[in-house]
Amino acid sequence: MKAPARVKTHLLDSPGIARAIVRMAHEILERHPDLTLLGLVGIRSRGELLAQRLATHLRKIDGVEVPVGALDITLYRDDLSLLAPNPVVHATEIPFDVTDRQVIIVDDVLFTGRTVRAAMDALMDLGRPVSIELAVLVDRGHRQLPIKADYVGKNVPTSRKESVQVRLAEADGADEVVVEEAAEG
Amino acid sequence: MTTPTPWNRKDLLTLEELSREEILLLLDQAKAFQEVSLRSVKKVPALRGKTVALCFFEPSTRTRTSFELAAKRLSADILQIQPASSSLVKGETMLDTARNIEAMQVDILVLRHNASGIPMRVARAIAPSVVNAGDGSHEHPTQGLVDLFTIREKKEKIEGLNVLIVGDILHSRVARSDLWGLTKLGARVTVCGPPTLVPQTMEALGARVSYNLQEELPKADVLIALRLQMERQQEKYIPSLREYTKLYGVDREKLRLARPDLVVMHPGPVNRGLELSADVADGPQSVILEQVTNGIAVRMAVLYLVTVANARHPEAPQGPKDLGFEGEIPRPTPRSAIKMASE
Repeated sequence: MKAPARVKTHLLDSPGIARAIVRMAHEILERHPDLTLLGLVGIRSRGELLAQRLATHLRKIDGVEVPVGALDITLYRDDLSLLAPNPVVHATEIPFDVTDRQVIIVDDVLFTGRTVRAAMDALMDLGRPVSIELAVLVDRGHRQLPIKADYVGKNVPTSRKESVQVRLAEADGADEVVVEEAAEG
Repeated sequence: MTTPTPWNRKDLLTLEELSREEILLLLDQAKAFQEVSLRSVKKVPALRGKTVALCFFEPSTRTRTSFELAAKRLSADILQIQPASSSLVKGETMLDTARNIEAMQVDILVLRHNASGIPMRVARAIAPSVVNAGDGSHEHPTQGLVDLFTIREKKEKIEGLNVLIVGDILHSRVARSDLWGLTKLGARVTVCGPPTLVPQTMEALGARVSYNLQEELPKADVLIALRLQMERQQEKYIPSLREYTKLYGVDREKLRLARPDLVVMHPGPVNRGLELSADVADGPQSVILEQVTNGIAVRMAVLYLVTVANARHPEAPQGPKDLGFEGEIPRPTPRSAIKMASE
């Protein structure tokens, strides 16, 4: 068993996360005056929760119900042996046709960009979106692919050794974003 | 969130050796793979670049097609090995064939053989994953999983259900895999058929044994009818097919005894009019075609999990590489050699 990771910085607290999401919702609306063409697709599992929160705010601001889907990208990863010890495949549930829709992929942390690459491949297999954009709560740098987020909650320079943990009330009991020093080993 | 049960097996050989948690993991994973077959692009790149060899040394349409589709929907490449065109007819041993397939960098070997135990021996001798697609009258684990999956879809649970398996239990590998899986998940299993085809030893495996179908039908939540295996009936196990159908064939008349929500299953292929009448096989209680559909999702989950487990532990030898099996598998002695020895 690994030693527990040490918390280095508290990046965002609950009101901080809420403010970031409200701002991102306004930015989305700014670029998409007609929300009825839009669909949000969250990457399981934190991305899905963030997508739902974004949709709630978009409804409050503009009164439009933007459909939310959940994407499981386990089957699109580029190296099976690098997967977490026990990859569990969850179903992809997207309750709208992505074809001819403006899709925004939502995830918690943008790091190497490989997850987003996999998510784009998965989306393309489901149809032909008009456009795909990317919204992330935290962009921590260290991209390995030419991928850039369109909507960012917070930019944080990190070292590769650190890990960024996004915890959300629905899954983890409380809202917070912390930077942890990776455990030795 | 609960931590998922680990899957660390490079092979799927039997349901007997799996834990309840491992079986539930497979069923949950199969549920996730169901969605892939409903897409317009029925393909995910999970096993891209992997090669799956389908070695069926016994006739099969359904299982082979199902494995082939499962592998294709995971983007794997397929290699079909047919007994008629393979070197086995030239006298090569199964293990030599398997090692040659391994030497060609195949990642997964799906194996059906008419001798019980062959997939286990092959799995211990080679590094690629081995999936048992039916060995003799021993086990047919993926069909067992398909049946569990289908029951869970229909009844939303397995624990506490009364499952009645009717027919040729003696020769049926499906019955044995079903029995292991069902009892591990808490169902009560009754096996029923003519005494010659229902070994009393099934009781030791946790099943009730009965010879009277009419008595058992009213209690059952699920009925699994088995195929009367004509190709294995070299000896006379039953007086006549007519008598078998009269006593153990399921028709609409006998179904009147059963609960209205009874689910009727059959692993296929059905001998229509023998173990199931046509109106029951096509009737509203039959889920036979759903079993076929579910088979693809279940086999996708199996191929995916064994591959990931094998990729994470590349050596993953579950036994010594060479167990000297060649000595145990009798090779036919060439006629010329016998002659020379006697001279």
